[in-house]
Amino acid sequence: MNYKLEVRNVTKAYISEEGEIKALEDINLDVKPGEFLCIIGPSGCGKTTLLRMIAGLEYPTSGEIILDGKEVKGPSPDRGMVFQEFSLFPWRTVLKNVEFGLQMRNIKSKERHAIAERYIELVGLRGFEKHYPYELSGGMKQRVAIARALATEPSILLMDEPFGSVDAQTRNILQEELLQIWKRTKKTIIFVTHSVDEAVYLADRVVVMSARPGRIVECIDIDIERPRKRTSVEANVIREQLLRKLITEHKKVGLI
Amino acid sequence: MKRNRLISILNNRGIIEAISLSLTIILWELVSNFIVRNPGKLPSPYSILLAFCDIWEIIPLDIGISLLHFGIGIGAGAAMGIIVGMLMGWFRIVDRIMDPMVEILRPIPPLAWVPFAILWGGLTHYAAGFIVFIGAFFPILINTYTGFREVDKTYIDAARVLGCREEWKLIKFIALPFSLPSIATGIRIGMGVGWMCVVAAELFGVSKSGLGYRLFQVFWPLHMIDKLILYMIILGLVALLLDRLFRYFVEEKLFKWKRGIVIAK
Repeated sequence: MNYKLEVRNVTKAYISEEGEIKALEDINLDVKPGEFLCIIGPSGCGKTTLLRMIAGLEYPTSGEIILDGKEVKGPSPDRGMVFQEFSLFPWRTVLKNVEFGLQMRNIKSKERHAIAERYIELVGLRGFEKHYPYELSGGMKQRVAIARALATEPSILLMDEPFGSVDAQTRNILQEELLQIWKRTKKTIIFVTHSVDEAVYLADRVVVMSARPGRIVECIDIDIERPRKRTSVEANVIREQLLRKLITEHKKVGLI
Repeated sequence: MKRNRLISILNNRGIIEAISLSLTIILWELVSNFIVRNPGKLPSPYSILLAFCDIWEIIPLDIGISLLHFGIGIGAGAAMGIIVGMLMGWFRIVDRIMDPMVEILRPIPPLAWVPFAILWGGLTHYAAGFIVFIGAFFPILINTYTGFREVDKTYIDAARVLGCREEWKLIKFIALPFSLPSIATGIRIGMGVGWMCVVAAELFGVSKSGLGYRLFQVFWPLHMIDKLILYMIILGLVALLLDRLFRYFVEEKLFKWKRGIVIAK
């Protein structure tokens, strides 16, 4: 079968004062088209680094990352990314933020306006086009970030703990909306999180990573029917399984 | 009830300020007339008003000349300061190449350049403008540099992922708009220093007209202290006006997205 994304023997090492530090070791991962994949692991396991390498913002020390049959050699608008920190350009309005990627492609003002409007509507922020980011709540900011990432029509969406800094209620709503968007746009999504609940609610498959050096310790398929209930028995069983796995990983590196 | 109304009237913007200003002028008038009693040492506000009525026709020209010097210096200082600051802030190598010169030249007081201004430019508007340039250049440079150094890495990453790859595009679309508040602060500081330099440059004889030149002329040899104070007040008022105009322009028009960052209210 043709995979959307293939990560082959990827290792990432940094040189620091104490010598070489291995952030990631021998990562192998295949992602199917349209799959919703969650990566979970203790902090410092390199999950963000892996995502940044897929985005092309960092390079593997060895190994390769292949997207749609082509090796990733730098950032490109065919991979949309939503960051953990608020990354909206504060000097641009909501509309101008969403238009940014289209502007970089030299799409005419009228056309990019129309496209941006469509994605602003998709994330439910119609009427906020003229607002500046400082006027928006955390949840709204991340919605705009999602619209901005989708506007260039990437074939894969990379999300780095995008809902980490919003309150629990908003987070639940955003998760639901993301699933709606995923269903409608049929994008492949790679979603990094440290929340087991989030992973079990969202993902088709959860990748569990270990810390220092980051390795993939387990891939768990989540075969719960959608729409899912957060409190269902099956969800709890998988949650339990994941939590145990994570605690083991935490203990190994002395985080607990 | 009456008391409350009085307080609310006083709380209106401008009332207390106006009372305070009027009282200061009255006090000054009294001190000058009844305590100092020597217009050669402290002329009264009334005599300054008379002096204004006496010479008001020549004042606009002096203001114009000084603004010309100021404009030349600030214009050149902003253009050079922003360009060099951008390059130093963005490219590490430019920073290292330019840093020694900047660090050595920066602490030299602008007035120390007066002889060179005269040597190179003669007694021209450009010579006076040059002194203003020296004064304005460094604050604008440093603030632009700082703004560029502090660009949030997340914005750069986000822009790159969205297809903004070339360095000049990252500068144009990310670093420059991000740094604008900082650059504006630099220009504002540069304008303050530049205005001091206008007076000094003209006063030291780089120019044969302008507010600074006139200020010293009425003191020596003319010894017209009322006019001296008149020119001091004009210098202050023009600077205040320039600053207010700049603030209005910058805060209202440019930085809707970040209210109050340029000038803490």
